[in-house]
Amino acid sequence: MYEFSYHKVASVADAVAAMSAADDGKYVAGGQTMLPTMKHRLASPSDIIDLGGIAELSGITVAGDTLTIGAMTTHAAVAASAEVQAMIPSLAQLAGNIGDPAVRNRGTIGGSIANNDPAADYPAAVIALGATVHTNKREIAADDFFTGMFETALAEDEIITSIDFPKPLAAAYMKFENPASRYAIVGVCVAKTASEVRVGVTGATTCAHRGQRLEAVLNSDFSSAACDAVEIPLERMNSDIHASAEYRAHLVKVMAKRAVDACA
Amino acid sequence: MVENGIGASVRRKEDNRFLIGKGNYTDDINVAGQSYACFVRSPHAHATINSIDTTAASASLGVIAVFTGDELAADGIGPLICGVTVTSDDGEPHRAPLHPALAQGKVNYVGDHVAVVIAETYAQARDAAEKVDVDYGLLAAVTDTGSAADEGQPQIHEVAPNNMCFNWPFGDKDAVETAFAAAHKISRLELVNNRMVTNPMEPRAALGDYNEGTEEITLYLTTQNPHVHRLVLSAFNQLAPEHKLRIVGPDVGGGFGAKIFVYAEELVVGWACRKVKRPVKWTSDRTEAFLSDAHGRDHVATAEMALDENGKFLAMRVMTQANLGAYLSTFSTMVPSYLYAFLLAGQYTTPLIYSEVKAVFTNTAPVDACRGAGRPEATYLLERLVDVAAADMGLDPGEIRRRNFIPLDAFPYQTPVVQCYDSGDYETALDKALLLANYAGFSARAAEAKGRGKLRGIGLSSYVEACGIAPSAAVGQLGAGVGLWESAQVRFNPTGNVQVFTGTHSHGQGHETTFAQLVTEQLGVPFENIEVIHGDTAKTQFGMGTYGSRSLAVGGVAIAKACEKLIAKGKKIAAHALEAAEGDIEFGNGNFSVAGTDKAMNIAEVAFNAYVPHSYPEGLEPGFDENAFFDPLNFSFPAGTHVCEVEVDPETGVVEIVKYSAVDDFGKLVNPMIVEGQVHGGVVHGIGQALLEGCRYDSEGQLITASYMDYAMPRADNVPSFDVDYAPTNPPHNPLGVKGCGEAGAIAAPPAVINAIVNALGVKHIDMPATPENVWRAAQAAA
Repeated sequence: MYEFSYHKVASVADAVAAMSAADDGKYVAGGQTMLPTMKHRLASPSDIIDLGGIAELSGITVAGDTLTIGAMTTHAAVAASAEVQAMIPSLAQLAGNIGDPAVRNRGTIGGSIANNDPAADYPAAVIALGATVHTNKREIAADDFFTGMFETALAEDEIITSIDFPKPLAAAYMKFENPASRYAIVGVCVAKTASEVRVGVTGATTCAHRGQRLEAVLNSDFSSAACDAVEIPLERMNSDIHASAEYRAHLVKVMAKRAVDACA
Repeated sequence: MVENGIGASVRRKEDNRFLIGKGNYTDDINVAGQSYACFVRSPHAHATINSIDTTAASASLGVIAVFTGDELAADGIGPLICGVTVTSDDGEPHRAPLHPALAQGKVNYVGDHVAVVIAETYAQARDAAEKVDVDYGLLAAVTDTGSAADEGQPQIHEVAPNNMCFNWPFGDKDAVETAFAAAHKISRLELVNNRMVTNPMEPRAALGDYNEGTEEITLYLTTQNPHVHRLVLSAFNQLAPEHKLRIVGPDVGGGFGAKIFVYAEELVVGWACRKVKRPVKWTSDRTEAFLSDAHGRDHVATAEMALDENGKFLAMRVMTQANLGAYLSTFSTMVPSYLYAFLLAGQYTTPLIYSEVKAVFTNTAPVDACRGAGRPEATYLLERLVDVAAADMGLDPGEIRRRNFIPLDAFPYQTPVVQCYDSGDYETALDKALLLANYAGFSARAAEAKGRGKLRGIGLSSYVEACGIAPSAAVGQLGAGVGLWESAQVRFNPTGNVQVFTGTHSHGQGHETTFAQLVTEQLGVPFENIEVIHGDTAKTQFGMGTYGSRSLAVGGVAIAKACEKLIAKGKKIAAHALEAAEGDIEFGNGNFSVAGTDKAMNIAEVAFNAYVPHSYPEGLEPGFDENAFFDPLNFSFPAGTHVCEVEVDPETGVVEIVKYSAVDDFGKLVNPMIVEGQVHGGVVHGIGQALLEGCRYDSEGQLITASYMDYAMPRADNVPSFDVDYAPTNPPHNPLGVKGCGEAGAIAAPPAVINAIVNALGVKHIDMPATPENVWRAAQAAA
């Protein structure tokens, strides 16, 4: 780790002010990606602005059919939340299977989606559930939020404050884990609402995205068998020592089918 | 049974300090005035070093010194050595390239040591290390085991044309060819033994402390063999004379082979602490561990078995190419040679075996012993080949093994590959294992699984290994530079408690408990009054350390012999005190007694008399403290059959191990709980190799599995609950009747797992690691 200045801030306004004063500042939420990256000397921000002390960013609330999770809510809190388990049990399950207990006790939902790791779990659910991301400046629809590998619609000084999830009729997330890192080689979240079926896919490509071909068939026939007919294009699939493009494409279909079955 | 004696599952005494956080590992040790070392490592797999500019690094905050290979060479330190000679087919010794501790003009793998920075803090040392400006001239790299010796490959060392270290043929080639020509059937298999990173939980560390007054270097090390380190560092690396070098191997958090060897960092730290006149500490980070710990395995081989019409093995032929990495690590040459080819007979009567091992250099980290060392490679090859032969002959895998087992009445059995097995009962172990695994009920379970869309498979592995390493005369004949005896000292204090000094080293094996059990059994001293001491050359008389499942089979016997000497001396002391003839004194349960009387004295009283010899036998030395050495006459030969049952999800290729049964012959068990733990750990290691662990370099020599993000270690949810049982035989060569158990699981498990997967898929072979994608592809191809 290189030297940096550390700022613990108490409000979003203070965080933004610290960021604007910094040479090359970085917000840090749970730090579960940022700190290892810094320890490996792969990142050297001049300033670290710790959002962990901002009380208003934490917590889980329910209003009608909307579940709101504060950006700084940890994975462990989401997994253990009675509200989440009642509203969207698959989201609690997803959170409970991220990393290991140490990661879940520090890592946050806001940090995860702001980082947008191509193999992270939450982006698939945010997309499939049609969530809305609230920031200190605006609200952003899930479909517009994830823009590329480790890239999002967030501006440099923009801070996620909370995420709204509408309650689906049914939803399920199926993850095929990398045997080493336990990140998603492929993760597919399927959510069914009164009006539509949405599919979020993570791990497969450089950025989490909607599985529109799967959605097309599932909107007319919500069954795992319907997925068989879907052709998953190979060209955008990731390929590495753990899974080739062909295998990933195959897994997208298998995980989608299992998620559909789990929704039943 | 003596309380807490041989055969008791006594809880491990050492665990208290580990569980309460009071373990004392090398990195826990801090010496006043300590400085920190950071190594500059090559980012390139193969490059010349045109220049090294240390100016900026030397001027960096907190820096005490920056050294390169020039300073090391000027002081006449090093190079690192390989301690075992293998004679190549041209009659010449294996090619041994220069292995400097800090590079001399060239680097040969990513992680190779280029320079060292010593600073007041580790962070300062690391900052400065980034400022060492090295001008590299990049060369093409060679990393692939199978093609490293091919025409046109980049050449790594001038002394090793075609990157060949040795070509070592063994056996009667012509006789084997004749047998093949006359065979009813020939079974053939090409297979890879995947490269592994050894991965002890505690990374390597070294702390050097030079005392200007006594001119002694104390070197705290993560070592499995402190005296071997002292010997090599002194006699071969010129670090310091042996009597001016103290090696302390305190608590060590796992070794698995990787901490046997003498590494560059250890030599450099030992030398640098004298150079800068400051204690110097280096602790490997995990990335450095991946890059620079010696790796294991990495073979490609072709195996053929000639069979008669009854499925009897007539002859075997094995062609192996083994990757030794960029340089020869301390015992590297013996792993793919003597520890491999001499185990190719396995449990079978195969009368003729021919083996050719080509060992090659590549631009990868050095490869050396890793849990099992050569024997897992031999066992994997043989036990896979036997299953292929069974399929070729239409025989059940159990049946073909049974037809070829060395029968019980044939022991001692001279194999065609040097080893003479002293004892074993392979059929009993197989029978027990098949029962334990409910082999007979397998087809019903497979049918049930099929109904759930799963493919169920079962696989056997009948292994034998040579451990209790090793008879000195045998290894000397083979070209080893050391003897492999073990030593012990058993010392009574005047108050009657006992200190046991052993030359072996415990880094997870539980010696402090097991060895105390031996002593309580033999001398009748209460278990809690016995302390086992190891790991410090200033405390322990001498020793050769722990590897090759040798500690109990060799070191334990040395302890028993020292105890015998104490009993013999005690009889003299007791005879004098009890006013009886020495011949009338009997010893048992800790008491010396006069035969046929009730006159007796406890061994603690005898010890007191020996230190306060107011009334004492004339001419007898005072003191109750005995030394003993033991050099075994033969290896020991643990053996057994393991049965693995898997379920494959054909849709994803995921393999679940649903049942694993192990029946082993380890001879007598001193602490069954510890033995079972060793079996569990070994089997998990083997399952890791079979399913998960694959160390991969790209064609440019970059290690792509350089962290746990990409290198998959087995975890609790990858393995089932194990069923463990034993089928012991008594090894006549071992006075304690023990054989060794530390490596068996890692040796037996890989073929059991792969045989089960192959069985489930109905394919001929699948290479390790059987990752989900590989299994899925094989399932697709088979469907």
